[in-house]
Amino acid sequence: MTEHLPALQVVIALTAAPIVMLLNRMPRLAWGVTLVTCWATFAVAIMLLLQVADGSAVHYDMGGWAPPWGIEYRIDGANAWVLLIIGLVSAVVMPFARRSVEQEIPADRIGLFYSAFLLANAGLLGITVTADAFNIFVFFEISALASYALIAMGRDRRAILASYQYLVMGTIGTTFLLIGIGFLYIMTGTLNLGDLAARLPEVTDTRTIRAAFAFIAVGVSLKLALFPLHLWLPNAYGFAPSMVTVFLSATATKVAIYVLLRFVYTVFGFEFSFVELSMTWVLMPLALLGIVVPSLIAVFQDDVKRLLAYSSVAQVGYMILGISLASALGLMASVLHLFNHAITKAALFMAVGCLVYRLGGVSLARIAGAAERMPWTMAAFVVAGLSLIGVPLTAGFVTKWYLLQAALMGGLWPVAALLLATSLIAAIYIWRVIEAAYFRAPPDDAREVREAPLALLIPTWVLTAMTIVFGVWAQFPISAARNAAEALLGVPQSW
Amino acid sequence: MIWLGLYNYWIVIVLMMIGFYIVIAQGNLVKKIVGLNIFQTSAFIFFISLAWKEGGTAPIALPGVTEYSNPLPHVLILTAIVVGVALTAMGLALVVRIHEAYGSIEEDDIHEQDEYQ
Repeated sequence: MTEHLPALQVVIALTAAPIVMLLNRMPRLAWGVTLVTCWATFAVAIMLLLQVADGSAVHYDMGGWAPPWGIEYRIDGANAWVLLIIGLVSAVVMPFARRSVEQEIPADRIGLFYSAFLLANAGLLGITVTADAFNIFVFFEISALASYALIAMGRDRRAILASYQYLVMGTIGTTFLLIGIGFLYIMTGTLNLGDLAARLPEVTDTRTIRAAFAFIAVGVSLKLALFPLHLWLPNAYGFAPSMVTVFLSATATKVAIYVLLRFVYTVFGFEFSFVELSMTWVLMPLALLGIVVPSLIAVFQDDVKRLLAYSSVAQVGYMILGISLASALGLMASVLHLFNHAITKAALFMAVGCLVYRLGGVSLARIAGAAERMPWTMAAFVVAGLSLIGVPLTAGFVTKWYLLQAALMGGLWPVAALLLATSLIAAIYIWRVIEAAYFRAPPDDAREVREAPLALLIPTWVLTAMTIVFGVWAQFPISAARNAAEALLGVPQSW
Repeated sequence: MIWLGLYNYWIVIVLMMIGFYIVIAQGNLVKKIVGLNIFQTSAFIFFISLAWKEGGTAPIALPGVTEYSNPLPHVLILTAIVVGVALTAMGLALVVRIHEAYGSIEEDDIHEQDEYQ
């Protein structure tokens, strides 16, 4: 049983998806099956992380075909960490989903909705777990197609348009990835990531390989919403149903960042990416612009969901910045931020989901005075908001701290100063929400509202509590992130 | 003449640019999907071309034949074509829903309507 864990990681969700679709007439049952599936997936992710905690790697030959002929699933510290993030978020979002989805999705489509959710989940897990370049492309499309359907189910008609834009840009991104993989195949005759890494050094000094690198980097950057390729993200996250926003904001871009890391570090290697092609000077300006510009745009948003979506683009900037520093510490800070940002942003979007549930919308005008009637929801928003800003004793602080250290170690004090300045911008946009909810009188035509139901509040607070727990006792995420960074770099580090 | 000999790849590049241009320049949502299709097709032709081998035949074991085209890219592209069909269906389904919601499939029209909202 345990030797089949890598396959089960994907197969459980993939086989549950059609079953849930058949249960479309019974929304409650469909939800129950999805919940159990997500918890099982989370359990598998935990077991896999424990297996690779000592720095080893798990190999699994799909169908018994030995690589490089067959498709290999390979799990090391890096992707086990990403699997845990996906598993955790899906496991926490499902209890939240029942009431939220019942309100936002027509009853005759709830089963289909959960089926698409499971497909998106399986796709993301598949991207992370596989060690085959073409398989990454296929799973990318599985998760993307399901995400388009999920986003289009938003209540606002602009959700459909947002989904369409995401489809166009996402397809261009994955097709670029496909072309890049083709170039790699021409030169090496293999698709297995480990095999590619072994054969690339012979042919590395060719234009074909450089073109492959460019296509893959641009294609994946579109998927991870690197500034200025982020245009699909604010609308897609802003208009999607609450539960979809929570799940995608915490996982989809993170998985794309993992793919970038896998190609940059494992396949092409540090030497080629950072020394020969100077990735630092491509990524760092984009990362810095990507932190500053979307943060400023976020300040001027009137819809809390879109505000947080722009903040997500800025947070991707932080992760890319850590990578662009080209040091073990910077890489570790990025990998750590994958997790810390996932729980922080998921908690924030869940609090927003609670507000949507009671108020019907989350424009600043509509949430005015909401704190008085929904104190627990807003308290969760404040705590998670502090983590987003990076206040000490929260998870967000831990990553900012390491990022700052990495920037200073690289002698880049202007970058360090900019990091602090942008935290202040984050404080401004979070404050605008707090100001509206706590200090403004509710609008005259405000509906009489109560606190969000416990079914929504408890998952929200589970994640909110995690931002505190992993801010105070940061040992677990830090050691896992170190393990992940070592797996990517391929050599043990002295931290 | 080596440049002309690689004419498959030139066609790939031309198709890719045509598709890409349509996606960017066209305001009609259906035409954008068509552009996306052309763009993807260029990637398919690229894969098929790279599998070709001079003097090679179809990859079927026959007596006396030693040179084969590489079958793997063909298989990959079969998968990618399926993905492409799914994407086209998804894209067109979204266009239908957009038309129901806005009564138009011209980008300018739609954005104008949303601004007045």
